[in-house]
Amino acid sequence: MTRKTKKENTKFIKLLQQLLFLLGIVALWQLLYFVGVDLLEFWKPYAMPSPAGVWKSLVRLIESGTLFTAIGNSLLRGMIGFLISVAFGTVLGFLMEHFPFLHQNMRPFVMGVQTLPSVCWVPFSILWFGLSEQAIIFVVIMGSAFSIAIATDNAIHNVPPIYKKAALTMGASQKQIYRKVILHACLPELISGLKQGWSFAWRALMSGEVMTTCIGLGQTLITGRNLADINQVMLVMIIIVLVGILIDQIFFRSLERRIYRKRGLA
Amino acid sequence: MSLLLKNVTKTFQDSGQDAVRNVDLEIRDGEFVCVVGKSGCGKSTLLNLIAGLEKPTSGEILLDGAPIKGPGADRVVMFQEHALFPWLNVIQNVKFGMELAGVPRQEQEEKAMKYLELMQLADYRNYAIHQLSGGMRQRVALARALTLDSKILLMDEPFSALDKQTSNRLRAELQDIWMQTRRTIFFITHSVEEAVYLADRVIVLSNGKDSVQDIVPIALERPRHVYDEAFVEYRRRILSEVQKEL
Ligand SMILES: Nc1ncnc2c1ncn2[C@@H]1O[C@H](COP(=O)(O)OP(=O)(O)OP(=O)(O)O)[C@@H](O)[C@H]1O
Ligand SMILES: [Mg+2]
Repeated sequence: MTRKTKKENTKFIKLLQQLLFLLGIVALWQLLYFVGVDLLEFWKPYAMPSPAGVWKSLVRLIESGTLFTAIGNSLLRGMIGFLISVAFGTVLGFLMEHFPFLHQNMRPFVMGVQTLPSVCWVPFSILWFGLSEQAIIFVVIMGSAFSIAIATDNAIHNVPPIYKKAALTMGASQKQIYRKVILHACLPELISGLKQGWSFAWRALMSGEVMTTCIGLGQTLITGRNLADINQVMLVMIIIVLVGILIDQIFFRSLERRIYRKRGLA
Repeated sequence: MSLLLKNVTKTFQDSGQDAVRNVDLEIRDGEFVCVVGKSGCGKSTLLNLIAGLEKPTSGEILLDGAPIKGPGADRVVMFQEHALFPWLNVIQNVKFGMELAGVPRQEQEEKAMKYLELMQLADYRNYAIHQLSGGMRQRVALARALTLDSKILLMDEPFSALDKQTSNRLRAELQDIWMQTRRTIFFITHSVEEAVYLADRVIVLSNGKDSVQDIVPIALERPRHVYDEAFVEYRRRILSEVQKEL
Protein backbone atom coordinates (compact mmCIF):
# COMPACT_ATOMS: atom_id res chain seq x y z
CA MET A 1 0.00 0.00 0.00
CA THR A 2 1.35 3.42 -0.86
CA ARG A 3 1.75 6.10 1.73
CA LYS A 4 -0.96 8.25 0.26
CA THR A 5 -3.73 5.69 0.28
CA LYS A 6 -2.68 4.67 3.76
CA LYS A 7 -3.06 8.24 4.91
CA GLU A 8 -6.43 8.50 3.22
CA ASN A 9 -7.48 5.28 4.87
CA THR A 10 -6.70 6.49 8.38
CA LYS A 11 -8.57 9.68 7.54
CA PHE A 12 -11.56 7.66 6.47
CA ILE A 13 -11.44 5.56 9.59
CA LYS A 14 -11.28 8.69 11.74
CA LEU A 15 -14.34 10.08 10.00
CA LEU A 16 -16.16 6.80 10.47
CA GLN A 17 -15.32 6.85 14.16
CA GLN A 18 -16.66 10.35 14.55
CA LEU A 19 -19.85 9.39 12.76
CA LEU A 20 -20.33 6.33 14.93
CA PHE A 21 -19.69 8.40 18.03
CA LEU A 22 -22.36 10.90 17.01
CA LEU A 23 -24.77 8.08 16.26
CA GLY A 24 -24.05 6.65 19.69
CA ILE A 25 -24.93 9.96 21.32
CA VAL A 26 -28.20 10.13 19.40
CA ALA A 27 -29.01 6.56 20.37
CA LEU A 28 -28.25 7.30 24.03
CA TRP A 29 -30.38 10.40 23.87
CA GLN A 30 -33.31 8.42 22.43
CA LEU A 31 -32.83 5.78 25.13
CA LEU A 32 -32.77 8.44 27.84
CA TYR A 33 -36.00 9.84 26.44
CA PHE A 34 -37.58 6.41 26.29
CA VAL A 35 -36.66 5.55 29.87
CA GLY A 36 -37.17 8.98 31.41
CA VAL A 37 -40.37 9.98 29.65
CA ASP A 38 -42.15 6.83 28.45
CA LEU A 39 -41.11 4.29 31.06
CA LEU A 40 -40.62 6.14 34.34
CA GLU A 41 -42.60 9.26 33.43
CA PHE A 42 -39.90 11.25 35.17
CA TRP A 43 -40.13 14.15 32.64
CA LYS A 44 -43.23 15.46 30.94
CA PRO A 45 -43.03 14.97 27.15
CA TYR A 46 -43.09 18.75 26.55
CA ALA A 47 -40.07 19.23 28.81
CA MET A 48 -37.76 16.81 27.04
CA PRO A 49 -36.81 16.83 23.38
CA SER A 50 -36.20 13.56 21.57
CA PRO A 51 -34.30 12.71 18.38
CA ALA A 52 -37.52 11.56 16.75
CA GLY A 53 -39.29 14.75 17.76
CA VAL A 54 -36.45 16.90 16.50
CA TRP A 55 -36.54 15.02 13.22
CA LYS A 56 -40.28 15.71 12.89
CA SER A 57 -39.69 19.39 13.59
CA LEU A 58 -37.00 19.40 10.92
CA VAL A 59 -39.31 17.90 8.32
CA ARG A 60 -42.10 20.30 9.25
CA LEU A 61 -39.90 23.39 9.12
CA ILE A 62 -38.39 22.33 5.80
CA GLU A 63 -41.79 21.65 4.27
CA SER A 64 -43.17 25.01 5.35
CA GLY A 65 -40.03 26.67 3.98
CA THR A 66 -39.44 28.38 7.33
CA LEU A 67 -36.09 26.79 8.00
CA PHE A 68 -34.24 27.82 4.87
CA THR A 69 -35.69 31.33 4.94
CA ALA A 70 -34.49 31.62 8.53
CA ILE A 71 -31.02 30.28 7.76
CA GLY A 72 -30.73 32.51 4.68
CA ASN A 73 -31.81 35.61 6.57
CA SER A 74 -29.51 34.95 9.50
CA LEU A 75 -26.53 34.21 7.28
CA LEU A 76 -27.06 37.33 5.20
CA ARG A 77 -27.39 39.47 8.31
CA GLY A 78 -24.39 37.82 9.92
CA MET A 79 -22.29 38.30 6.80
CA ILE A 80 -23.19 41.98 6.47
CA GLY A 81 -22.36 42.59 10.11
CA PHE A 82 -19.18 40.56 9.88
CA LEU A 83 -17.95 42.33 6.75
CA ILE A 84 -18.51 45.73 8.33
CA SER A 85 -16.65 44.43 11.40
CA VAL A 86 -13.76 43.28 9.24
CA ALA A 87 -13.51 46.63 7.50
CA PHE A 88 -13.77 48.59 10.73
CA GLY A 89 -11.72 46.18 12.86
CA THR A 90 -8.75 45.81 10.53
CA VAL A 91 -8.48 49.57 10.01
CA LEU A 92 -8.71 50.19 13.75
CA GLY A 93 -6.16 47.42 14.42
CA PHE A 94 -3.80 48.83 11.83
CA LEU A 95 -4.05 52.31 13.34
CA MET A 96 -3.50 50.95 16.86
CA GLU A 97 -0.36 49.20 15.68
CA HIS A 98 0.93 52.12 13.67
CA PHE A 99 0.51 54.91 16.18
CA PRO A 100 2.18 54.28 19.55
CA PHE A 101 -0.21 56.75 21.13
CA LEU A 102 -3.20 54.64 20.11
CA HIS A 103 -1.42 51.42 21.05
CA GLN A 104 -0.81 52.84 24.49
CA ASN A 105 -4.23 54.35 25.13
CA MET A 106 -6.78 52.93 22.72
CA ARG A 107 -5.85 49.26 23.02
CA PRO A 108 -6.75 48.81 26.72
CA PHE A 109 -10.05 50.54 26.02
CA VAL A 110 -10.79 48.29 23.05
CA MET A 111 -9.86 45.23 25.10
CA GLY A 112 -12.17 46.39 27.85
CA VAL A 113 -15.10 46.80 25.48
CA GLN A 114 -14.32 43.39 24.01
CA THR A 115 -14.95 41.69 27.37
CA LEU A 116 -18.55 42.91 27.35
CA PRO A 117 -20.81 39.99 26.32
CA SER A 118 -22.51 40.99 23.09
CA VAL A 119 -25.99 40.46 24.51
CA CYS A 120 -25.35 43.51 26.69
CA TRP A 121 -25.38 45.65 23.57
CA VAL A 122 -28.95 44.61 22.73
CA PRO A 123 -30.85 47.12 24.93
CA PHE A 124 -28.62 49.94 23.76
CA SER A 125 -29.04 48.89 20.17
CA ILE A 126 -32.81 48.67 20.40
CA LEU A 127 -33.00 52.14 21.92
CA TRP A 128 -30.99 53.43 19.00
CA PHE A 129 -32.46 51.52 16.09
CA GLY A 130 -35.75 50.04 17.33
CA LEU A 131 -36.62 46.38 16.73
CA SER A 132 -35.00 46.42 13.33
CA GLU A 133 -32.40 44.80 11.08
CA GLN A 134 -29.99 47.61 11.89
CA ALA A 135 -30.31 46.87 15.60
CA ILE A 136 -29.15 43.27 15.09
CA ILE A 137 -26.34 44.23 12.74
CA PHE A 138 -25.16 46.80 15.24
CA VAL A 139 -24.97 44.09 17.92
CA VAL A 140 -23.02 41.87 15.53
CA ILE A 141 -20.54 44.65 14.81
CA MET A 142 -20.09 45.47 18.49
CA GLY A 143 -19.64 41.78 19.22
CA SER A 144 -16.88 41.13 16.69
CA ALA A 145 -15.19 44.30 15.45
CA PHE A 146 -13.08 44.86 18.55
CA SER A 147 -11.78 41.32 18.64
CA ILE A 148 -10.79 41.71 14.99
CA ALA A 149 -9.07 45.00 15.79
CA ILE A 150 -7.01 43.41 18.54
CA ALA A 151 -6.17 40.40 16.38
CA THR A 152 -5.04 42.71 13.56
CA ASP A 153 -2.90 44.73 15.94
CA ASN A 154 -1.28 41.54 17.25
CA ALA A 155 -0.82 40.02 13.80
CA ILE A 156 1.05 43.07 12.51
CA HIS A 157 2.98 43.46 15.73
CA ASN A 158 4.20 39.85 15.60
CA VAL A 159 5.72 40.06 12.12
CA PRO A 160 9.37 39.02 12.59
CA PRO A 161 11.51 42.19 12.46
CA ILE A 162 14.03 40.44 10.20
CA TYR A 163 11.56 40.58 7.29
CA LYS A 164 11.27 44.33 7.65
CA LYS A 165 15.03 44.72 8.00
CA ALA A 166 15.71 42.59 4.93
CA ALA A 167 13.24 44.61 2.86
CA LEU A 168 14.62 47.92 4.15
CA THR A 169 18.15 47.01 3.14
CA MET A 170 16.84 46.07 -0.30
CA GLY A 171 15.53 49.60 -0.62
CA ALA A 172 11.89 49.26 0.42
CA SER A 173 9.96 52.43 1.22
CA GLN A 174 7.65 52.55 4.23
CA LYS A 175 4.68 51.99 1.95
CA GLN A 176 6.35 49.01 0.28
CA ILE A 177 7.12 47.54 3.69
CA TYR A 178 3.42 47.54 4.48
CA ARG A 179 2.19 46.39 1.08
CA LYS A 180 4.83 43.84 0.18
CA VAL A 181 5.99 42.55 3.55
CA ILE A 182 3.71 43.14 6.51
CA LEU A 183 0.46 42.47 4.66
CA HIS A 184 1.72 39.03 3.62
CA ALA A 185 3.69 38.18 6.72
CA CYS A 186 0.76 38.81 9.06
CA LEU A 187 -1.75 36.89 6.93
CA PRO A 188 -1.82 33.54 8.80
CA GLU A 189 -2.39 35.21 12.14
CA LEU A 190 -4.84 37.66 10.62
CA ILE A 191 -6.95 34.84 9.17
CA SER A 192 -7.05 33.16 12.57
CA GLY A 193 -8.19 36.47 14.01
CA LEU A 194 -10.94 36.78 11.42
CA LYS A 195 -12.04 33.25 12.14
CA GLN A 196 -12.40 34.06 15.79
CA GLY A 197 -14.15 37.29 14.82
CA TRP A 198 -16.67 35.26 12.85
CA SER A 199 -17.44 33.05 15.82
CA PHE A 200 -18.05 36.17 17.92
CA ALA A 201 -20.19 37.64 15.16
CA TRP A 202 -22.31 34.49 14.96
CA ARG A 203 -22.92 34.46 18.71
CA ALA A 204 -23.73 38.15 18.76
CA LEU A 205 -26.11 37.64 15.87
CA MET A 206 -28.10 35.09 17.86
CA SER A 207 -28.29 37.39 20.91
CA GLY A 208 -29.60 40.10 18.64
CA GLU A 209 -32.09 37.91 16.80
CA VAL A 210 -33.53 36.40 19.95
CA MET A 211 -34.34 39.87 21.27
CA THR A 212 -35.95 41.26 18.14
CA THR A 213 -38.64 40.15 15.72
CA CYS A 214 -36.82 39.90 12.40
CA ILE A 215 -37.09 36.57 10.60
CA GLY A 216 -34.10 34.39 11.31
CA LEU A 217 -32.82 31.45 13.34
CA GLY A 218 -33.03 33.35 16.61
CA GLN A 219 -36.62 34.23 15.89
CA THR A 220 -37.46 30.61 15.01
CA LEU A 221 -35.97 29.62 18.34
CA ILE A 222 -38.22 32.06 20.17
CA THR A 223 -41.26 30.88 18.18
CA GLY A 224 -40.46 27.39 19.43
CA ARG A 225 -40.51 28.64 22.98
CA ASN A 226 -43.78 30.52 22.46
CA LEU A 227 -45.38 27.35 21.11
CA ALA A 228 -43.85 25.39 24.01
CA ASP A 229 -42.35 23.14 21.32
CA ILE A 230 -39.12 21.94 22.88
CA ASN A 231 -38.29 19.85 19.85
CA GLN A 232 -38.25 22.91 17.62
CA VAL A 233 -36.13 24.75 20.18
CA MET A 234 -33.66 21.89 20.22
CA LEU A 235 -33.66 21.65 16.44
CA VAL A 236 -32.87 25.31 15.96
CA MET A 237 -30.07 25.12 18.53
CA ILE A 238 -28.55 22.25 16.59
CA ILE A 239 -28.92 24.17 13.32
CA ILE A 240 -27.21 27.21 14.85
CA VAL A 241 -24.25 25.06 15.86
CA LEU A 242 -24.10 23.37 12.45
CA VAL A 243 -24.23 26.59 10.42
CA GLY A 244 -21.55 28.14 12.62
CA ILE A 245 -19.28 25.12 12.22
CA LEU A 246 -19.95 24.90 8.50
CA ILE A 247 -18.82 28.48 7.83
CA ASP A 248 -15.85 27.95 10.11
CA GLN A 249 -14.83 24.77 8.31
CA ILE A 250 -15.59 25.42 4.67
CA PHE A 251 -14.42 28.97 4.63
CA PHE A 252 -11.92 29.84 7.32
CA ARG A 253 -10.39 26.44 8.05
CA SER A 254 -9.72 25.71 4.39
CA LEU A 255 -8.31 29.19 3.81
CA GLU A 256 -6.08 28.78 6.83
CA ARG A 257 -4.96 25.34 5.75
CA ARG A 258 -4.06 26.58 2.27
CA ILE A 259 -1.93 29.40 3.57
CA TYR A 260 -0.22 27.25 6.18
CA ARG A 261 0.55 24.51 3.70
CA LYS A 262 1.95 26.94 1.15
CA ARG A 263 4.35 28.31 3.74
CA GLY A 264 5.27 24.94 5.17
CA LEU A 265 3.79 25.77 8.55
CA ALA A 266 1.35 22.89 8.69
CA MET B 1 32.76 53.17 -4.43
CA SER B 2 34.41 54.10 -1.19
CA LEU B 3 33.19 53.63 2.32
CA LEU B 4 34.70 55.68 5.08
CA LEU B 5 34.07 55.34 8.81
CA LYS B 6 35.32 58.29 10.82
CA ASN B 7 35.69 57.80 14.54
CA VAL B 8 32.39 55.93 14.77
CA THR B 9 30.98 55.11 18.21
CA LYS B 10 27.67 53.49 19.01
CA THR B 11 26.21 53.55 22.50
CA PHE B 12 22.92 51.79 23.10
CA GLN B 13 20.79 53.98 25.32
CA ASP B 14 18.83 51.24 27.02
CA SER B 15 21.84 49.18 28.07
CA GLY B 16 24.36 52.03 28.22
CA GLN B 17 26.71 49.72 26.29
CA ASP B 18 29.39 51.10 24.01
CA ALA B 19 28.90 48.40 21.41
CA VAL B 20 31.30 50.02 18.91
CA ARG B 21 34.08 52.38 19.90
CA ASN B 22 36.13 54.86 17.84
CA VAL B 23 36.19 52.97 14.58
CA ASP B 24 38.26 54.52 11.78
CA LEU B 25 38.13 52.42 8.69
CA GLU B 26 38.21 52.71 4.94
CA ILE B 27 36.80 50.04 2.69
CA ARG B 28 38.02 50.26 -0.87
CA ASP B 29 36.25 49.42 -4.09
CA GLY B 30 36.24 45.72 -4.89
CA GLU B 31 37.72 44.75 -1.57
CA PHE B 32 36.76 41.70 0.46
CA VAL B 33 36.88 42.63 4.13
CA CYS B 34 36.28 40.10 6.88
CA VAL B 35 35.53 40.96 10.49
CA VAL B 36 36.30 38.59 13.33
CA GLY B 37 36.12 38.94 17.08
CA LYS B 38 34.63 37.44 20.20
CA SER B 39 30.90 37.18 20.62
CA GLY B 40 29.44 40.49 21.75
CA CYS B 41 32.39 42.62 20.62
CA GLY B 42 30.20 44.66 18.28
CA LYS B 43 30.53 43.00 14.87
CA SER B 44 26.84 43.00 14.05
CA THR B 45 26.45 46.49 15.41
CA LEU B 46 29.17 47.73 13.09
CA LEU B 47 27.44 46.08 10.15
CA ASN B 48 24.07 47.55 11.16
CA LEU B 49 25.66 50.99 11.29
CA ILE B 50 26.97 50.64 7.75
CA ALA B 51 23.60 49.22 6.64
CA GLY B 52 21.87 52.24 8.14
CA LEU B 53 19.74 50.08 10.43
CA GLU B 54 21.41 51.82 13.38
CA LYS B 55 22.65 55.38 13.70
CA PRO B 56 26.09 56.17 15.13
CA THR B 57 26.10 57.99 18.45
CA SER B 58 29.10 59.96 17.27
CA GLY B 59 31.35 60.03 14.24
CA GLU B 60 30.18 59.62 10.68
CA ILE B 61 29.95 57.07 7.92
CA LEU B 62 30.43 58.29 4.37
CA LEU B 63 29.51 56.33 1.28
CA ASP B 64 31.11 57.95 -1.77
CA GLY B 65 31.48 61.07 0.31
CA ALA B 66 27.83 61.31 1.39
CA PRO B 67 26.74 60.50 4.95
CA ILE B 68 24.53 57.43 5.36
CA LYS B 69 20.98 58.42 6.28
CA GLY B 70 19.26 55.06 6.52
CA PRO B 71 19.04 51.64 4.96
CA GLY B 72 19.10 51.38 1.17
CA ALA B 73 19.57 49.06 -1.78
CA ASP B 74 23.15 50.25 -2.30
CA ARG B 75 24.08 48.35 0.89
CA VAL B 76 22.23 45.04 0.78
CA VAL B 77 22.49 42.85 3.87
CA MET B 78 22.57 39.10 4.02
CA PHE B 79 21.72 37.81 7.48
CA GLN B 80 22.64 34.72 9.45
CA GLU B 81 19.05 33.50 9.11
CA HIS B 82 18.12 33.56 5.46
CA ALA B 83 15.36 36.19 5.83
CA LEU B 84 13.63 34.87 2.72
CA PHE B 85 9.88 35.45 2.53
CA PRO B 86 7.88 32.23 3.05
CA TRP B 87 4.90 33.56 1.07
CA LEU B 88 7.02 33.80 -2.09
CA ASN B 89 8.65 30.98 -4.01
CA VAL B 90 12.35 30.88 -4.89
CA ILE B 91 12.36 33.06 -7.99
CA GLN B 92 9.84 35.52 -6.56
CA ASN B 93 12.15 35.93 -3.60
CA VAL B 94 15.11 36.55 -5.87
CA LYS B 95 13.14 39.18 -7.80
CA PHE B 96 11.90 40.94 -4.67
CA GLY B 97 14.54 43.66 -4.51
CA MET B 98 14.34 44.37 -8.22
CA GLU B 99 10.57 44.61 -7.96
CA LEU B 100 10.94 47.23 -5.23
CA ALA B 101 13.18 49.23 -7.52
CA GLY B 102 10.73 48.97 -10.42
CA VAL B 103 13.05 47.02 -12.71
CA PRO B 104 11.16 45.98 -15.90
CA ARG B 105 9.70 42.47 -15.69
CA GLN B 106 11.73 41.04 -18.53
CA GLU B 107 14.96 42.22 -16.97
CA GLN B 108 13.88 40.91 -13.55
CA GLU B 109 13.32 37.48 -15.06
CA GLU B 110 16.65 37.39 -16.88
CA LYS B 111 18.68 38.63 -13.96
CA ALA B 112 16.97 36.34 -11.48
CA MET B 113 17.66 33.34 -13.71
CA LYS B 114 21.24 34.42 -14.23
CA TYR B 115 21.95 34.42 -10.51
CA LEU B 116 19.93 31.30 -9.82
CA GLU B 117 22.02 29.53 -12.44
CA LEU B 118 25.18 30.90 -10.88
CA MET B 119 24.01 29.38 -7.59
CA GLN B 120 23.01 26.14 -9.35
CA LEU B 121 19.42 26.62 -8.31
CA ALA B 122 17.71 27.14 -11.67
CA ASP B 123 15.84 23.85 -11.32
CA TYR B 124 14.40 24.98 -8.01
CA ARG B 125 12.98 28.26 -9.26
CA ASN B 126 9.38 27.36 -8.40
CA TYR B 127 10.07 25.66 -5.08
CA ALA B 128 8.65 26.97 -1.83
CA ILE B 129 11.28 28.18 0.63
CA HIS B 130 10.42 25.51 3.18
CA GLN B 131 11.17 22.84 0.59
CA LEU B 132 14.85 23.85 0.42
CA SER B 133 17.75 22.78 2.60
CA GLY B 134 19.52 25.31 4.80
CA GLY B 135 22.40 25.66 2.35
CA MET B 136 20.06 26.17 -0.58
CA ARG B 137 18.19 28.85 1.34
CA GLN B 138 21.38 30.80 1.93
CA ARG B 139 22.25 30.48 -1.76
CA VAL B 140 18.84 31.90 -2.68
CA ALA B 141 19.44 34.73 -0.22
CA LEU B 142 22.82 35.37 -1.84
CA ALA B 143 21.27 35.35 -5.32
CA ARG B 144 18.66 37.83 -4.10
CA ALA B 145 21.38 40.10 -2.70
CA LEU B 146 23.50 39.90 -5.85
CA THR B 147 20.67 40.96 -8.19
CA LEU B 148 20.69 44.44 -6.71
CA ASP B 149 24.23 45.36 -7.82
CA SER B 150 24.71 47.15 -4.53
CA LYS B 151 27.84 49.19 -3.94
CA ILE B 152 28.73 46.97 -1.03
CA LEU B 153 27.41 43.63 0.13
CA LEU B 154 27.09 43.26 3.89
CA MET B 155 27.08 39.73 5.23
CA ASP B 156 26.52 38.88 8.90
CA GLU B 157 27.72 35.32 9.56
CA PRO B 158 25.76 34.05 6.55
CA PHE B 159 27.12 30.50 6.71
CA SER B 160 27.45 29.97 10.45
CA ALA B 161 24.08 28.27 10.87
CA LEU B 162 25.09 25.59 8.36
CA ASP B 163 27.04 22.39 8.87
CA LYS B 164 30.78 22.53 8.24
CA GLN B 165 30.67 20.77 4.89
CA THR B 166 27.95 23.01 3.50
CA SER B 167 29.52 26.18 4.81
CA ASN B 168 32.88 25.20 3.29
CA ARG B 169 31.22 24.64 -0.06
CA LEU B 170 29.38 27.94 0.13
CA ARG B 171 32.46 29.93 1.02
CA ALA B 172 34.26 28.40 -1.98
CA GLU B 173 31.34 29.43 -4.16
CA LEU B 174 31.40 32.91 -2.68
CA GLN B 175 35.10 33.14 -3.44
CA ASP B 176 34.41 32.13 -7.06
CA ILE B 177 31.71 34.74 -7.37
CA TRP B 178 33.91 37.38 -5.85
CA MET B 179 36.75 36.53 -8.24
CA GLN B 180 34.35 36.79 -11.18
CA THR B 181 32.55 39.96 -10.11
CA ARG B 182 34.92 41.79 -7.74
CA ARG B 183 32.05 43.04 -5.60
CA THR B 184 32.91 44.94 -2.46
CA ILE B 185 32.07 42.67 0.45
CA PHE B 186 31.96 43.29 4.19
CA PHE B 187 31.76 39.88 5.78
CA ILE B 188 31.36 39.01 9.46
CA THR B 189 32.35 35.59 10.71
CA HIS B 190 33.33 33.94 13.95
CA SER B 191 35.52 31.51 12.03
CA VAL B 192 39.09 32.73 11.63
CA GLU B 193 39.63 30.07 8.98
CA GLU B 194 36.74 31.44 6.94
CA ALA B 195 38.13 34.96 7.28
CA VAL B 196 41.62 33.99 6.11
CA TYR B 197 40.13 31.99 3.28
CA LEU B 198 38.03 34.85 1.94
CA ALA B 199 39.50 38.19 2.92
CA ASP B 200 41.85 40.76 1.46
CA ARG B 201 41.98 42.22 4.95
CA VAL B 202 40.85 40.76 8.24
CA ILE B 203 39.66 43.22 10.84
CA VAL B 204 39.95 41.99 14.41
CA LEU B 205 37.43 43.61 16.74
CA SER B 206 37.76 43.48 20.52
CA ASN B 207 36.19 44.79 23.67
CA GLY B 208 39.09 47.18 24.23
CA LYS B 209 39.08 50.98 24.35
CA ASP B 210 39.03 51.06 20.56
CA SER B 211 36.95 48.44 18.82
CA VAL B 212 39.46 47.78 16.05
CA GLN B 213 42.28 45.84 17.63
CA ASP B 214 44.17 44.93 14.49
CA ILE B 215 43.88 44.87 10.72
CA VAL B 216 45.67 42.03 8.97
CA PRO B 217 46.13 42.09 5.17
CA ILE B 218 46.11 38.57 3.74
CA ALA B 219 48.74 38.31 1.03
CA LEU B 220 47.78 34.92 -0.35
CA GLU B 221 47.00 33.95 -3.92
CA ARG B 222 43.48 32.80 -4.68
CA PRO B 223 42.11 30.20 -4.73
CA ARG B 224 43.43 29.51 -1.26
CA HIS B 225 44.02 26.22 0.49
CA VAL B 226 43.51 25.82 4.19
CA TYR B 227 46.49 23.44 4.63
CA ASP B 228 49.10 25.74 3.07
CA GLU B 229 51.77 26.71 5.53
CA ALA B 230 51.24 30.42 5.02
CA PHE B 231 47.49 29.97 5.48
CA VAL B 232 47.99 28.14 8.74
CA GLU B 233 50.37 30.83 9.92
CA TYR B 234 47.83 33.60 9.24
CA ARG B 235 45.24 31.59 11.00
CA ARG B 236 47.39 31.09 14.08
CA ARG B 237 48.30 34.75 14.22
CA ILE B 238 44.77 36.05 13.93
CA LEU B 239 43.41 33.48 16.34
CA SER B 240 45.89 34.60 18.99
CA GLU B 241 44.81 38.20 18.34
CA VAL B 242 41.17 37.28 18.83
CA GLN B 243 41.88 35.37 22.01
CA LYS B 244 44.17 37.96 23.51
CA GLU B 245 42.87 39.15 26.89
CA LEU B 246 42.92 42.91 27.18
N1 LIG C 1 19.63 46.73 20.09
C1 LIG C 1 20.50 46.67 21.13
N2 LIG C 1 20.21 47.30 22.29
C2 LIG C 1 21.07 47.25 23.33
N3 LIG C 1 22.27 46.64 23.31
C3 LIG C 1 22.62 46.01 22.19
C4 LIG C 1 21.76 45.98 21.03
N4 LIG C 1 22.37 45.28 20.06
C5 LIG C 1 23.55 44.87 20.58
N5 LIG C 1 23.73 45.32 21.84
C6 LIG C 1 24.90 45.09 22.70
O1 LIG C 1 26.03 45.50 21.97
C7 LIG C 1 27.09 44.59 22.13
C8 LIG C 1 27.57 44.10 20.76
O2 LIG C 1 26.56 43.32 20.15
P1 LIG C 1 26.73 42.72 18.71
O3 LIG C 1 25.45 42.06 18.35
O4 LIG C 1 27.22 43.77 17.78
O5 LIG C 1 27.87 41.63 18.94
P2 LIG C 1 28.50 40.59 17.92
O6 LIG C 1 29.95 40.86 17.87
O7 LIG C 1 27.77 40.62 16.63
O8 LIG C 1 28.25 39.22 18.64
P3 LIG C 1 27.98 37.77 18.01
O9 LIG C 1 29.29 37.26 17.52
O10 LIG C 1 27.48 36.97 19.16
O11 LIG C 1 26.98 37.94 16.93
C9 LIG C 1 26.58 43.46 23.00
O12 LIG C 1 27.07 43.66 24.30
C10 LIG C 1 25.09 43.62 22.99
O13 LIG C 1 24.54 43.29 24.21
MG1 LIG D 1 26.48 39.22 15.54
